[in-house]
Amino acid sequence: MKLNDTLQFASHSLNSAHSRSFLMIIAMSIGVAAVVILTALGEGARLYVINQFSSLGTNLVIAFPGRSETAGINPGMLIGQTPRDLVLDDAMAVLRSTAVRRMAPLAIGAALVSNGPLNREVVVLGSTAELLAIRHMTMAQGQFLPEGPADAASPVVVIGTKIKQELFGVENAVGAWLRIGDRRFRVIGILSSQGEAMGMNTDELVIVPVASAHMLFNSQNLIRILVEAKSREQIERARKETEEILFKQHGGERDVTVVTQDAMVATFDRILRTLTMAVGGIAAVSLAVAGVLIMNVMLIAVSQRTQEIGLLKALGAPPAQIRRLFFAEAVLLSLVGSVAGLLLGQLGSFVIGQIYPTLPVAAPWWAIIAAFGTALGSGILFSVWPARRAAQLDPVLALARR
Amino acid sequence: MIAFSNVNRDFLVGDQQVHALRDINLTLGAGEYVSIMGPSGSGKSTLLNLIGLLDRPSSGVYKLDGLDVTTLDDEEQARVRREKIGFVFQFFHLVPRLTAAMNIELPLILGGVEVEERKERVAKLLESYGLKDRAEHRPEQLSGGQRQRVAIARATIMHPSVLLADEPTGNLDSATGKEVIRLLEQLTEQGVTLIMVTHDRDNGNRALRQITMVDGRIVGDKRKSD
Ligand SMILES: Nc1ncnc2c1ncn2[C@@H]1O[C@H](COP(=O)(O)OP(=O)(O)O)[C@@H](O)[C@H]1O
Ligand SMILES: [Mg+2]
Repeated sequence: MKLNDTLQFASHSLNSAHSRSFLMIIAMSIGVAAVVILTALGEGARLYVINQFSSLGTNLVIAFPGRSETAGINPGMLIGQTPRDLVLDDAMAVLRSTAVRRMAPLAIGAALVSNGPLNREVVVLGSTAELLAIRHMTMAQGQFLPEGPADAASPVVVIGTKIKQELFGVENAVGAWLRIGDRRFRVIGILSSQGEAMGMNTDELVIVPVASAHMLFNSQNLIRILVEAKSREQIERARKETEEILFKQHGGERDVTVVTQDAMVATFDRILRTLTMAVGGIAAVSLAVAGVLIMNVMLIAVSQRTQEIGLLKALGAPPAQIRRLFFAEAVLLSLVGSVAGLLLGQLGSFVIGQIYPTLPVAAPWWAIIAAFGTALGSGILFSVWPARRAAQLDPVLALARR
Repeated sequence: MIAFSNVNRDFLVGDQQVHALRDINLTLGAGEYVSIMGPSGSGKSTLLNLIGLLDRPSSGVYKLDGLDVTTLDDEEQARVRREKIGFVFQFFHLVPRLTAAMNIELPLILGGVEVEERKERVAKLLESYGLKDRAEHRPEQLSGGQRQRVAIARATIMHPSVLLADEPTGNLDSATGKEVIRLLEQLTEQGVTLIMVTHDRDNGNRALRQITMVDGRIVGDKRKSD
């Protein structure tokens, strides 16, 4: 029997048992669609997080106080010293590295900001002019913090659009005075709206020179030093040199953690990718369930078509041919089911993408291949037994039954 | 061309041995017209199934055209069945979802014959069996006589040398049965060996050679002398 005829015969018999076939196709396609949609969601979440990170800046190296657990015992601890905080001198020292393009120190604190009767509690950042470029922010109006020595505490402030709305309404804010805590600052610029990135909303920022922030909060501490390497290739060197400079600055103590943004992104990337695969794997279980369903329905089909099988044998079909016929039915079913499932999955992903436009929902190619392969594989695997049962039927008994 | 020597066929039913065929010795020549008669349970169908390679003897040798077919494996037996043997059943055994034409075409499909040749041969056969206007009907839309004619067409489309019919008229009224018998007899005139199991004395007596079975044994084997 020719392959073409085998397929035709199989599809003909599937057609005439259309409700049974339909049921199996549905089961298969739901499994495939589940894998596609869930991995698309996982992948969307991963891409979302990565995008968030890269919107924070490029070629970033970040230093923050405290040592990550790998350092072991540090000699300072033995003589009762607490780890030293990061200060402005440390930040300035980092610029000695030739791999570093620019640097922005970051101080932080909460304060009451008011314009006459209007006031609200905000997070105040202290930094320098470089922050604008490092963090990829842009101005809607006016200027960012002035260039100049980092320790100059000029009374100027840059605010986000939401703060401007709340404290000034439609009035012009640039040039106006704001009270932050017990000091007065002149508004010199308004940040353009960029939405949220990593939990920090530029719309609700209030940025003052770092020295002013230190005076406001009566502390010399920095929570971060943001360092931008000169190029992608120099990121690692910038990290190492920053680490060494801060090591020397702190009198030979490794009490500062310096990480590259890439490493952080990679960590998140790994976690989310694993999560996506796990979720996809769980969804793939439904494909195995579909496979078992196919097996049962095929077994029913074999017993319902006992006479036909007996007849085919009487007409000279060898056992292998009978096996191929039932095999072909299973393959056709899983093929149609998988394709329908892929379409359903893509449609579902598209709909979710429409509902959550910020999430880049798209099933990764490996998930599509895996879903398709698993569906086809389980369909074929679970049809082996029914096909063998059919091939082994005794034709005399098969024909005697009526 | 068909030679049975000392063929036995036993079935184990529970822990009971059933001797369906006992020590059968039988030789049938090419082109013979043979009827097998005997009471129910005497082993007629079992004998036919052995001849048709649907079953294997428990002991003894079966030679078909000089070849010991009992030693062939399943694949080889299927091939012999496809090429040399045609079956006609009491209950027709047409595939219900296939049209008359497709049912007739089935052996050609299994034999890997090209589509064009298939269509041609099926059309020819439909014509000569008077089924031309029933080609696209499904079995449920056909009368008993038409169904059996489709089944005979299917059994003969591969030009088998042996045609095995197990009570082919058992499910038909006597007029239609006569028609079917005449159709089968025409085939013997073309050189096909016809072996027909029947309950009907009149039909059985038409055969040129009449075998009688009782209790798994051949107890009578007479030839018409005219
Ligand atoms: N597959 C089988 N299993 C058990 N016993 C069988 C089987 N086929 C036939 N027999 C027994 O063998 C004997 C002959 O059966 P069969 O050849 O069908 O008789 P007939 O066709 O002459 O009516 C009967 O006793 C029957 O019960
Ligand atoms: Mg019988």
